[in-house]
Amino acid sequence: MARRARTRQLTGAQRLIVLLVFAYLGLILVLPLGAMALRALAEGPRILLLTLTEPAALQGLLLTLFVASICVTANGLFGVAGALVLTRHRFLGRRVLDALVDLPLAVSPVMTGLAFLLIFGRGGWLDGPLDLLGLKVTFAVPGLVLATLFVTFPFTLREVAYVLEELGTSEEQAAMTLGASPWQTFWLVTLPNIRFGLGYGIVLTLARALGEFGAVLVVGGAISGRTQTATTFIYNALEERQEAAAYGMALLLAVISVALLVAIEWLKRRRERGQ
Amino acid sequence: MIYVGVLVVLPLAALVQHGLADGLLGLWRAAATPVAAQALVLTLWTAALMAVINAVMGTLTAWALVRYEFPGRSVLSALVDLPFAIPTLVTGVMLVILLGPQSPLGDWLAAQGMPIAFAPPAIVLALLFITVPFVVRAVEPVLLEQDPAEEEAARTLGAGTWTVFWRILLPPILPALLSGTIRSFARALGELGSVIVVSGNIPYRTLTAPIYIFGEIESGQPQTAAAVSVVLLALALVLAFAARGIEHATGVHNG
Amino acid sequence: MGIRVAGLTKRFGEFLAVDDVSLTVESGELVAFLGPSGGGKSTILRIIAGLETADAGTVSFNGQPADHLHPSARGVGFVFQHYALFRHMTVAANIAFGLRVQGASRRRQAERVTELLDLMGLTGLGHRYPSQLSGGQRQRVALARALAPEPKVLLLDEPFGAVDAKVREELRHWLRKLHDEVHVTSIFVTHDQEEAFSVADKVMVIHRGRLEQSGTPDEILDHPRTEFVARFIGEANVFETRVQGGAGQVGALRIPVEGIADGTPVCIVVRFYDLKFWRDDRGCARVVRMTTLGDRVKVEAQIDGAGRIFSQFPRRSSLLHGIAPGCRIQIEVTLSRAFVNGTEDGAIETATDC
Repeated sequence: MARRARTRQLTGAQRLIVLLVFAYLGLILVLPLGAMALRALAEGPRILLLTLTEPAALQGLLLTLFVASICVTANGLFGVAGALVLTRHRFLGRRVLDALVDLPLAVSPVMTGLAFLLIFGRGGWLDGPLDLLGLKVTFAVPGLVLATLFVTFPFTLREVAYVLEELGTSEEQAAMTLGASPWQTFWLVTLPNIRFGLGYGIVLTLARALGEFGAVLVVGGAISGRTQTATTFIYNALEERQEAAAYGMALLLAVISVALLVAIEWLKRRRERGQ
Repeated sequence: MIYVGVLVVLPLAALVQHGLADGLLGLWRAAATPVAAQALVLTLWTAALMAVINAVMGTLTAWALVRYEFPGRSVLSALVDLPFAIPTLVTGVMLVILLGPQSPLGDWLAAQGMPIAFAPPAIVLALLFITVPFVVRAVEPVLLEQDPAEEEAARTLGAGTWTVFWRILLPPILPALLSGTIRSFARALGELGSVIVVSGNIPYRTLTAPIYIFGEIESGQPQTAAAVSVVLLALALVLAFAARGIEHATGVHNG
Repeated sequence: MGIRVAGLTKRFGEFLAVDDVSLTVESGELVAFLGPSGGGKSTILRIIAGLETADAGTVSFNGQPADHLHPSARGVGFVFQHYALFRHMTVAANIAFGLRVQGASRRRQAERVTELLDLMGLTGLGHRYPSQLSGGQRQRVALARALAPEPKVLLLDEPFGAVDAKVREELRHWLRKLHDEVHVTSIFVTHDQEEAFSVADKVMVIHRGRLEQSGTPDEILDHPRTEFVARFIGEANVFETRVQGGAGQVGALRIPVEGIADGTPVCIVVRFYDLKFWRDDRGCARVVRMTTLGDRVKVEAQIDGAGRIFSQFPRRSSLLHGIAPGCRIQIEVTLSRAFVNGTEDGAIETATDC
């Protein structure tokens, strides 16, 4: 099937469409970003830096990073394993599994938080056993980790599964006939082939973990110094009318997001090219 | 070994559903309280309005990105993915800064009698931001795969531009467009982070269902929260299945 | 290493892909599995390689059953239709892969790679990536890669399907040359008759999951044993009729058939070159069209009271003198094969003196 080349000389009507699209996206995406940058920097970059280096803010950032790295590692590993299982094997209940993987995407973060509260919180299902073990999940860091794990679960798995589907199994079969063990096949053939899809999924996971709000707010309670992530820090700051701190942190997160976005775009391009 | 990883989520998912179902038993009435009902209604119509706008503008955007060449095109394409990278709360903050009472734009709008912040339009705007990628990314691959030969054949047979668009180009896009719109709608139903900041959370006016749920949790009413959650979850699942059904039937990938 | 397959059966859901197939490939032979698409040839090949498991039957190498062995343990080299080269490795790394995973030393790997690059005419391309090669080059790399670990059996699944006609011819030449030098037992799958006949020592015709016939190219061409083989191999006219008076009557054309009782329904197969004709105003057929196909001429004639009959002769053949569209001819069939409908009997060949 022939691919069309992009039209270079645009007619008046076509230019209008382009302009319209620019205006739409500009209004929706760029304008708010710019406005926030301006406001956050209104008092000067030095003040901004000061607010960001307050202990509460720093703790929030570190906590977010901690939770995010756990999620990226765990869901990265399970994502690859799960994608392999899903695409390479045929077993009873595969359809169900496939649908289940998408479940976190359909659930609102608030409801996720609520569910975890109901399971691990006071009066919840696992309340008794947890109490016996002296473990605290809700309103503590483990709860944050679990909630974020749930929320970020699909990303890596989906992206790796997509690439695996596109690649097909012939290279792996070739490796088998040449005498490679399953592990060798995975390490030498499969992994290099999926690396960009995997990278893409990991960056998506990271971005999502950094930005998670609703679930961690409900499960963690945003207790300053204990369960306050970067996002809940912003929320609390707003509630307490400390706008400078809120906007500062928001700007920081936005900048990180843009950096992640660049990485996303690069990986997307490499992923397409690898096929 | 691999199954263990899977099983980690399975009970999570199953327990989630049970956790919510717990509240369903006997407290169905909770979902029908005026505040809750209104919240649900508000959630639904703002999401619907957003979905319609998204469908049109998203298709247009995908169209421009795929078929035209212009300066800044790759930046624009990257921009479309921004909402996937940015925390929703930050989105809310940005919109408040832009349209709120302390901003020049917000003041100007208020003076015109159109205060956007802390009113439903702000909700729609926030939802639009969050869901820009859904329709665009769903429609793009379909547009890319279209064979120019079909269009050329139509033109040689005498079809005008509008006919070509309506009969040749639109039909193949429709499934992807539909599934992308459904997904954006489902996403919007559960949105909390951006809406909670920008809407002002005024009951009966700008209190959406997710915010209501949050409020109920905060005030120690997990049952009512769970009840409304179940309603939303059921709706979201139905929509998710619908979108997947369309995608499977037509071989579209979203991502 | 000899390969023996006994009673192989394989189903995909409802579809019976392989139906009780038994065959033997002698050590050192180059065999072609020939047949139309979807006939089961690739499936049998993949079962031998261990890439698919049979529902019933056994595969043995040198008399030892191999069914329980994983593909990586069978010592089989496999060449895929679409090469399946490791896209992120260089040509050299691809070729060395089999040796590498089996723990061969770096030096041994390098030696073997050089050896094979030279053998396959790819010298100097070791550092390139598959995406930088042409189709023909890629397939040669695939061959080299399969051969590097010195397999006891070489299996090729429609190896020349994905390249141009000209390149295909070259690759056939490589395969033949390769086999002459290396003498490894090889089976290749194809649906191209010319390919099978020009390359292989022995041809096995496989259709609808069954082995129709196994033999040298000459045997298959001249002595087809089933109706399918007669129809599929070479170009032939096929007539369905009943035996009457020791012959099959096709309109005004009489084809002698020996040894079949009168009244039996038969299917008679006549090759395009197994008949004679000459101008005769009282002949049984009329020439409808003559088409020049380069070196040969194809003559299409309408038999009185029946359908068309085709024949093909070299351009300069004396048979064609004076024959033109519209003129009447008399036809004599010099060799025919009759298959009794509804039974598994082989062909009854009837030849008239030429």
